[in-house]
Amino acid sequence: MSAVAVEGVWKFYGDYPALRDVRLEAAPGSCLALIGRNGAGKTTLLRIVAGFSKAQRGKIKIHGNDPRSTETRRQLGFLGHGIAVYDELSALENLTLYGKLYALADPRKSALEWLERTGLERVRNGLVREFSRGMRQRLAVARAFLHEPSVLLLDEPFTALDDRAIAVLQRLLREALAAGKTIVMSTHQLREALELATHVALISRGQLAFHGQCTPEMAADPGYIYAQYGEV
Amino acid sequence: MGYFRQVAVVAFKDLRAELRTKEAINASLAFSIVILLLFSFAFDPSEDTMREISGGLLWIVFAFAGTLTLNRSFARELPNDCLDALIAAPLPASALFLGKCLANYALVLAVELVSLPVFGIFYNVRWARQFPELLLVLLLGTWALTVIGTIFSALTVNIKLREVMLPMLTYPILIPALMSAMQLTTALVGGTAINSDTIDSLKMLIGFDIVFTAVSLALVETVLVG
Repeated sequence: MSAVAVEGVWKFYGDYPALRDVRLEAAPGSCLALIGRNGAGKTTLLRIVAGFSKAQRGKIKIHGNDPRSTETRRQLGFLGHGIAVYDELSALENLTLYGKLYALADPRKSALEWLERTGLERVRNGLVREFSRGMRQRLAVARAFLHEPSVLLLDEPFTALDDRAIAVLQRLLREALAAGKTIVMSTHQLREALELATHVALISRGQLAFHGQCTPEMAADPGYIYAQYGEV
Repeated sequence: MGYFRQVAVVAFKDLRAELRTKEAINASLAFSIVILLLFSFAFDPSEDTMREISGGLLWIVFAFAGTLTLNRSFARELPNDCLDALIAAPLPASALFLGKCLANYALVLAVELVSLPVFGIFYNVRWARQFPELLLVLLLGTWALTVIGTIFSALTVNIKLREVMLPMLTYPILIPALMSAMQLTTALVGGTAINSDTIDSLKMLIGFDIVFTAVSLALVETVLVG
């Protein structure tokens, strides 16, 4: 069974079809890089997969289940454009809050563990509004990984990250893949993404232009996919 | 985790965030005191006249001041896309809604309980002669205001003019609850206990709370996700 299955999804904004009959699959333990130009529909697709909005036609299945079911949401980790942590709470309070919402056995212990793994243990009691951009991004990464999700949905995860945060994120993603978790990430940073990706999907104007394994040619030359499969 | 524990986690998160910034409660409290003060300068009513308009005056102040708090309820989740993370978390949308309702309820009630003595001083009214019953009306009326305000706060969260839209949507629906609360409050501030003349208003208030709480809980998933 696929970890993530996108079955003929259509999404309209007014009359404009942002997604047209998109069909994708990500097997358990794979890393699917969703690539495409700005406005191609990558974020729209990820938001539908995450259950934030609904497709007008088609279905999404996460391990065979509806993405909005409580059990599925427990297995999903989402890292979007926003950091999804509260400025007026401390780093520890933020992660403990999410730990409680995800019903972790010991939310505080998990929070402390992830603060350490992302290099934020020394500022654990600092308010997020006082954090630098890089620290905020690392906290966002900790928040997404905190509940050990089996499927990670990452929307432009490398954007606006400093070198240290990119290194932290890449290490965590490699560990997640090694542990058999599934990753679906949309990205413009092809070099970083294709280092990790096992599969690639190219979306162009809401349509799937290519979906297949990430080949050595793709990993060696990020422009290869666009040159080979172009735009629809 | 139990449903009510999830509700409590959301409620305490909102209260903690609000008590750190005091954005909504300061604005709401200042607004209600200023309005009470301005009305006390505008009119110089006798105590009898004051008793007759007390319910209307108080609930208009509570409704407008409450909207300032309610506007922030879901808007607070926008700056870092925290709403996405809450929607993604494995808690029912109704638990998220109830948690936010409870936090808003505590904040709006706090403003009301501070405003009442201020009203008594500015207008020279002994407002606490039927305090237990007045408190009951306050609790029921405030829950009506909170439930309607919170669900419309969720509905308007992505609208640019949400500060304008929230009162426009909220007040018309609140009319039955506000009318009942005003009538009861006027009688209770005047020293008259709830009797056969006002019991229907109390029933209306209770019925309104039950119906709109149930409707809001049923619709909130659709409101948030579509």
